[in-house]
Amino acid sequence: MLNWTLALPEIVLGVSGLFILLGGVIPKKESFFPVSMAVIGALILAAVLVLGQGEGTAFLGQYVADNFSRFAKVLILLGAALGLLLALDFNEKAGLGRFEYPVLMLFATLGMMVMVSANDLMSLYIGLELLSLSLYVIAAFDRDNPRSAEAGLKYFVLGALASGLLLYGASLVYGFAGTTNFDRLADALSGDDVGTGVVVGLVFVLAGLAFKVSAVPFHMWTPDVYEGAPTPVTAFFATAPKVAAIALLMHVLIGPFGDLSAQWMQVIWVCSAGSMILGAFAAIGQRNIKRLMAYSSIGHVGYALMGLAVANDTGYRGVLVYMAIYVVMNLGTFAVLIAMRRRGRALEQVEDLAGLGKTDPAMALWMAVFMFSMAGIPPLAGFFGKLYVFLAAVQGGFWTLAVIGIVTSVIASYYYLRIVKVMYFDAAPDGALDARPASLTVVMASTGLLTLLFFLFPAALIGAAQVAVASLAG
Amino acid sequence: MPAMGMTTAMGDTTEMMAVGLGHYLTVSAILLTLGVLGIFLNRKNVIVILMSVELILLSVTLNLVAFSATLGDLTGQVFAMLILTVAAAEAAIGLAIVVIYFRNRGTIEVEEISTLKG
Repeated sequence: MLNWTLALPEIVLGVSGLFILLGGVIPKKESFFPVSMAVIGALILAAVLVLGQGEGTAFLGQYVADNFSRFAKVLILLGAALGLLLALDFNEKAGLGRFEYPVLMLFATLGMMVMVSANDLMSLYIGLELLSLSLYVIAAFDRDNPRSAEAGLKYFVLGALASGLLLYGASLVYGFAGTTNFDRLADALSGDDVGTGVVVGLVFVLAGLAFKVSAVPFHMWTPDVYEGAPTPVTAFFATAPKVAAIALLMHVLIGPFGDLSAQWMQVIWVCSAGSMILGAFAAIGQRNIKRLMAYSSIGHVGYALMGLAVANDTGYRGVLVYMAIYVVMNLGTFAVLIAMRRRGRALEQVEDLAGLGKTDPAMALWMAVFMFSMAGIPPLAGFFGKLYVFLAAVQGGFWTLAVIGIVTSVIASYYYLRIVKVMYFDAAPDGALDARPASLTVVMASTGLLTLLFFLFPAALIGAAQVAVASLAG
Repeated sequence: MPAMGMTTAMGDTTEMMAVGLGHYLTVSAILLTLGVLGIFLNRKNVIVILMSVELILLSVTLNLVAFSATLGDLTGQVFAMLILTVAAAEAAIGLAIVVIYFRNRGTIEVEEISTLKG
């Protein structure tokens, strides 16, 4: 059955991407701003269609639409739209105001949506590559800057390697299980005697996906790419693609490989513990704040994977809640980082935030909210994200993992609180930052309020995550 | 499956081993290893890395086609066609990135790619 109407959000987004590309090429003068607005419009339209989407499989089982994919897609579209909003002013000032940027972001988003809705190794691969190819290009988008070019090159080489490993795993799974469809794979792998070939394939697939979520030991590209890429690109990398990759990892592990959980739980356990530890220790000595955020994001992925390592519904719900909160916190933090600009020059060092508490109290307050939230201090949103995964780990008897998580989050709070200390207690060396554009204020304030007031209405998010998990496991 | 023997131009038959799935998988595993080693051991040139990436993708394609023939199922060949297409796009983007990198730095030696670290 084709059921193509189920894929309407993706089709609409793809077709509008093509038309927007056309609209960007034809005019003689640069059309960055109108094209960006059109892309944001298309993303919002896609989000509306996603919310009204039916459930079922389409394209002969290649594609699935359910509550889980809906949850992930809404988060992805939110992250992408706000991520583009963050880029508007920065790109104009940095000379990156070219219309290709929003269009590439749109196609990356389309790739992510295909990825989370994939119900077959083939559609998974196509979505993943559509995402990766767009990301390689936007990492190197500041093409006259050697650092951006180097970031793009490193990301490309390691990303291509990861895709290759994932594909090799997919080919082994296909060969030894006889199918690429997730539902039929789940049937084929439900017995007790699963061949070694499939397990080897699963390990390769896991390695490829661990690279995409930047979990230890496949994290080495993250700090370099985050530091070298233009800041709005880093903001985008740290939010929407990360949610998409985690959602894909969950979908693959829980769906077709659900009965092999004994095998993959250990792998995820190691990735989770390693990421939490590395994220906590490696960020301590960083002076470049983008590099610090890279290690911070590795740590956050470790916490999210903790819920996956538990391998039950409470854990999965914890992962979804964590990722939703993570996206909101990160977008806000990057809004502050993008606003760091003095006399027209963009700043990237932690020390450049010195004295922000006096020169710009509003921005310092939001940044403090985000930092406290990332450190997991109640009653901010980040605390609840950690609470739900730790709760799942403790209930599931994963005491070691929970203890590692608590110790590393205490260590990690050192560098988050150091930023707060620099903002409020260090003297400003060269005066105030430049006035920030309204778009950044909007993102900062909206994500800040969500982070701050999440404890008043947690039921909505947790309920949505619960429903999403139910459709995944059922 | 054709007969095990093979008739040469001379007319006499030599006993040869039939090429089975195991052989394809071995060749493909060797190609994969060469590709991965090419990426990590290569200290010279980024173009060699691009070639290694292609080698990895070809090993996957070989795997899929061999499995597809053995299983009598077309899915693997469809998958292989998709990979060929995506590999072409990937190579184009990779080369474009190498070109902008060369414009900035004037070199594509792997050991020189180390501005970002810490």
